[in-house]
Amino acid sequence: MGEWWTTVPIESSLGNFDISSISHATMSPSKQNNLLSMYSSLSLSKSSYSVISAFCTEDNIPQCISYINQELASLGLSSTCIEASSPGAAGLNPVPALNATYELLQIHRRTMCSLEELEREQLKKSSTLEHVQMNNSRLKDQLELSIREKSGLHEMERQLQLKIKTLQSCLKTEKDEVQKLQNIIASRASQYSHDAKRKERETAKLKERLSQLLVDRKDKKLAIDVLNCLGRSDGKRSHWKTAKAAASHEGEMYKSLLSDYEASQRSLMLENAELKKVLQQMKKEMIHVLSPRQPSIRGATADDSQEQADSDLEDRAGDSSRGSLDKSCEHAREQLTNSIRQQWRKLRNHMERLDSQASQVQNQLESNKDVISRETHEDEMERMRREVQQCKEFIDAQQQLLQQLNTSFDDETAALLNDCYTLEEKERLKEEWRLFEEQKRNFERERTNFTEAAIRLGREKKAFEEDRASWLKNQFLNMTPFTDRRRCSSSDGQSALSIRSEPEMRMSSSKVQLPKSSTYTSFSTPKPAPSATVPSTTELYRTLRLIPDPSSTRHSSHGRWHESSTIEDGESQVKAKSRLRCGDLSIFSLGEDENSLT
Amino acid sequence: MNFSEVFKQSNQLCKVSPDGKYLATCVQYRLVVRDVSTLQILQLYTCLDQISHMDWSSDSLFILCAMYKRGLVQVWSLEQPDWHCKIDEGSIGLVSSRWSPDGRHILNTTEFHLRVTVWSLCTKAVSYIKYPKACSKGIDFSRDGCYMALAERRDCKDYVSVFVCDDWHLLRHFETETQDLAGLEWSPNGCVLAVWDSCLEYKVLLYSLDGRLLSTYSAYEWSLGVKSVTWSPSSQFLAIGSYDEKVRILNHITWKKITQFEHPSTINNTKAVVYKEVERRPVVSDDLSLHNITVGTTLFNTQSKYEICPLPVQIPVVKPDPDRANPKIGISSLAFSADGRYLATKNGGFQVQSLSWHCTGDSLILLGKEQLCLCYMETEQEDK
Repeated sequence: MGEWWTTVPIESSLGNFDISSISHATMSPSKQNNLLSMYSSLSLSKSSYSVISAFCTEDNIPQCISYINQELASLGLSSTCIEASSPGAAGLNPVPALNATYELLQIHRRTMCSLEELEREQLKKSSTLEHVQMNNSRLKDQLELSIREKSGLHEMERQLQLKIKTLQSCLKTEKDEVQKLQNIIASRASQYSHDAKRKERETAKLKERLSQLLVDRKDKKLAIDVLNCLGRSDGKRSHWKTAKAAASHEGEMYKSLLSDYEASQRSLMLENAELKKVLQQMKKEMIHVLSPRQPSIRGATADDSQEQADSDLEDRAGDSSRGSLDKSCEHAREQLTNSIRQQWRKLRNHMERLDSQASQVQNQLESNKDVISRETHEDEMERMRREVQQCKEFIDAQQQLLQQLNTSFDDETAALLNDCYTLEEKERLKEEWRLFEEQKRNFERERTNFTEAAIRLGREKKAFEEDRASWLKNQFLNMTPFTDRRRCSSSDGQSALSIRSEPEMRMSSSKVQLPKSSTYTSFSTPKPAPSATVPSTTELYRTLRLIPDPSSTRHSSHGRWHESSTIEDGESQVKAKSRLRCGDLSIFSLGEDENSLT
Repeated sequence: MNFSEVFKQSNQLCKVSPDGKYLATCVQYRLVVRDVSTLQILQLYTCLDQISHMDWSSDSLFILCAMYKRGLVQVWSLEQPDWHCKIDEGSIGLVSSRWSPDGRHILNTTEFHLRVTVWSLCTKAVSYIKYPKACSKGIDFSRDGCYMALAERRDCKDYVSVFVCDDWHLLRHFETETQDLAGLEWSPNGCVLAVWDSCLEYKVLLYSLDGRLLSTYSAYEWSLGVKSVTWSPSSQFLAIGSYDEKVRILNHITWKKITQFEHPSTINNTKAVVYKEVERRPVVSDDLSLHNITVGTTLFNTQSKYEICPLPVQIPVVKPDPDRANPKIGISSLAFSADGRYLATKNGGFQVQSLSWHCTGDSLILLGKEQLCLCYMETEQEDK
């Protein structure tokens, strides 16, 4: 400190003076120039004397003194004013000046000390800071390291866990297997023990028996007691056991074995041949399948060579199969299998190629047609849906209408409507009844007419019969064929005709008279040789209604139908009458039937 | 279905003669022979003791009656009722007795399976075969009656002896590769002998007639193995039923498995038709997993009918006690139909004592403890 002090003052005084000089520069402008020059001289030289002399000169002592007093007062020192030794003298009062100096020195020393301390503090602090920073960085490094270690350990732990799991599962399986084996062992052990026990029991019995036998010694001789010897089942005598017999047995045994082997070999050969055939066929087919592709994929020469090779193979195979050497058969077999394998591989490759091609093509197609097809598909779907919707609506509407139709009327209107319908029906029914009544009346009329006609007919028939009888009598009596007679008969016939024509004219008034007139005509022609005046057969048939005469048949049949229809009214008499009439008009019954049939 | 009146019998000894004309039943110590069509008693024989076993000879002329306790076998003739034959095994005892295929020899297995005695009824001669094996099916005759295969065990090893039935000449004697031979069966054509191991090991061996090993088949290890084996009538297939509830079929050319049938407890196969008998009392019985069964008939004295169950059908399964030996799981009986079209199998512990096909192959009869079921197959589909 001491030496420091000695060296410092110069510099510090220099420093102070700098400061003070600068402050003085501001305070006393009169000395600006001097100070400036002093400052510049200061910056050039570092001698203290020149500096001190610069501040205070001979002239400005009292100002300097006052200035220094002011400064001392401002510093808070005791007011040891520096005064001149004598007014106007160039010297100072030494005591206050020295005191002031001493105090200033003290102040300076104190500041120096504090500065030192501060510097020391600062040093210390910087060193601790450095230390701390170093620590910090070291700890950071450590931390990083430890984090890495931790992650590494985590990883290891995970792996170990996995291992544990696998090992556990292994352990479980092993345990299961052990359990299974233990079960097996247990069952085997029980089996063994059971067997052993059985054997032991048997030996015990043996021992017992042995002891019993040894004790008893009553050896019951074993013997067979047969009433008589039996013959052998196949009737042969029993043979002596000779070597020849033994050999024959051996021979037989081998024979049976051989026959069995031969049989199985035969069947195997058949199977083999079939399989070979199948293989050949397969091969041929495969070649066939591949060959149309081959010109496109490979050269025709290759194809030919292939075919050649195959045919060679086939030939060889055929040869060897025909041949008897085993080796060549095997060779052929191998070749066959190899060639089939080759073909199969080719076929497979080909198929794969085709598949890929096809998939490509399909992809293309799909990509092209996708949109279109889907679009059309969608359109179709839409259309169909719309149609379905429409149909549904339609159905709904119809259903509604139907329902309306059925149930929208309330009871009154429904009744009314029903009434309307029934009214209509009633009207119709009335109409029909009217018609019916009319028809019934007509029918009655006709019936009466018919009955009258029938009665008349009956009477006329009787008359006719009488007439006929008389005629016959006449004829008989006058057997000679006279023309007058014939003329008479013809005139009869004519009269018959005329009578016939009459009713024809009357047909419209009474329909039923026709039958009677026709009877008349029919009965009037029993002669063997019909004369010219006698009506022709067709006319007769017509009148007999054998040939359908439109008007008459209709009427008659109608009449008949009417008659038959009135049965329901309970007028069975009419029916009976008609029946009778039928009976009478025997000729007509046939006609009737025919007509009814027609 | 008509049933006759009930006849008494003992020991379930009731057999129809091979020619189908006679019916023999045993009642205690009596043997009753009836005519099959009229059920009239034709003959009545009296044996010396209670009959334990009875069998017809192949030509239907003789019947043997074995009395195991006394060690006696008596043979009766149908044609000559006063003909008699008595075979006394003496102190050596008798465990089983059977006819030879020609109907003139009787094979008696003595107690403890010490030996097989062959008695000839023609010559009164005796032959002995030593060390027969005591297993479920130790003797088998080929179908044509020419050969007999006998399982033997000496020095803890299994052997098979093939005898010619004509004169009991030993044709072949070979060792088998089994741990513990449980049974053997000839194929119907008589050329192959199927030999299977006990249930502790799944092994089926096929030997040709001359003793060569043709093939071995083993489906799996360690678990309980073969339970039942049967040949198809054409000798083309061998069906093996095992404790794992599966039937495996081997073909005769390669002796490899061609197919296997499972017996799941839930039937889901759309081709299967499941008939369930519904009775007044709600007891489900005779549910089998048959393939393609059709109409069944109803029993005549209970009001029951069969209704078709809709799929899937859950079959009630009773889990057997695993601690006991010979558990009641697995395929216990198999039967091919006569034309080899169908295979009927019985799985599990169902109370079906036997299943057998009619000789025309169209119907199957199932015999339960108290019930009888006839199944007719419809021959419309061609099935393999």
